[in-house]
Amino acid sequence: MKAIVIGCGRVGSNVAKKLNRDGWDVTVVDEREEALSRLGENWPGRFIVGHGMDIGVLRQAGIDDRDEPPAAMVVATDGDNTNIVIGQVAQKRFDINCVVVRLLDPARAEFYAARGLRVVCPTSNAISVLTDAVTSCEPRAAEKVPA
Amino acid sequence: MYILIAGGGMVGANLARTLLSPKHGHAGHEVTLIEQRRDRFEKLESEFEHQVQHGDATELFVLERAGIARPPDIVVAATGDDEDNMVICQISREKYGVAKVIARVNDPRNQAHFDLLGISPTVCATSNIMALIEHEVPEHDLIHLLELRNENLEIVEVQIDKHAPCAGKVLDKLRLPEGARVITVLRNGQAETVNGGFKLEPGDQVLAILQPGKEDELREVLLKE
Repeated sequence: MKAIVIGCGRVGSNVAKKLNRDGWDVTVVDEREEALSRLGENWPGRFIVGHGMDIGVLRQAGIDDRDEPPAAMVVATDGDNTNIVIGQVAQKRFDINCVVVRLLDPARAEFYAARGLRVVCPTSNAISVLTDAVTSCEPRAAEKVPA
Repeated sequence: MYILIAGGGMVGANLARTLLSPKHGHAGHEVTLIEQRRDRFEKLESEFEHQVQHGDATELFVLERAGIARPPDIVVAATGDDEDNMVICQISREKYGVAKVIARVNDPRNQAHFDLLGISPTVCATSNIMALIEHEVPEHDLIHLLELRNENLEIVEVQIDKHAPCAGKVLDKLRLPEGARVITVLRNGQAETVNGGFKLEPGDQVLAILQPGKEDELREVLLKE
């Protein structure tokens, strides 16, 4: 199965590597050529230098491959709005079934999730994990926990 | 009217200035300008005072602070980033029910994305200048007059010179591309009402409506066949 990962930062590169280990045929897109080094030596998949909003780059990455269209696309550049646009282009224009978009801003994440975009918001996750961690702390005997 | 402008660069700031200018004859407009860059914001603040706010207009709380929930009559997304302009328009219209959004397109290659997301009208300086050049350069025998983007139609003008193979033919005999129609023919500065029996003459300007992308077929039929 083919997957396209847009944005080869800390998140994108590791998603690409994990999918590759799980047997996916992965193509990674990033604006910066240096980002390839994040994929480690001997990256077996493809790597394309370019901007994910550029239709030519998406085509080069095989987004409209007729023989074997990509089954999934992960959009994780460092710009929320860039990710929102690329995600919608993949979904609406190229009809990719599984498009997952990383957004850092919880407010925009909520809005676009309600509109049918599959959104992962690490900030919201961190907020709930951190507050859960605090509320589940065992208080010491001397401390009073606010009601 | 209440007009919210995102992006305080040349475009946004001058829009705000014009809308607020008493000379402009539109007294009573209320304008809020949002600018993200601190240095720009400070310059703008000395001119626009409370009418400019600092922040990223793609953040919901920034938009809300600027009164997006009222909602404004018009939101203008005039930042230098096309992705930001698209998101501002989507949020304004779909979350806050803004009836009219106008977007600036910085890179004409992104026009397709604006169209895909149903954001209209859009304004792109490069495309506008290109259209003006086409109008001036005689080699451009086919001129785009108007694009009806939502309807996926455009109106073009074709100059018929004496070498054009269609000169002397009636419209019915031309194999126009599918869906293309001749609306009118300008002859000696007059618009002629045309039907299938109308005969084209050198010097005519044909105005036709057709789908974008069919220009070459039309050119072939009128000028090259």
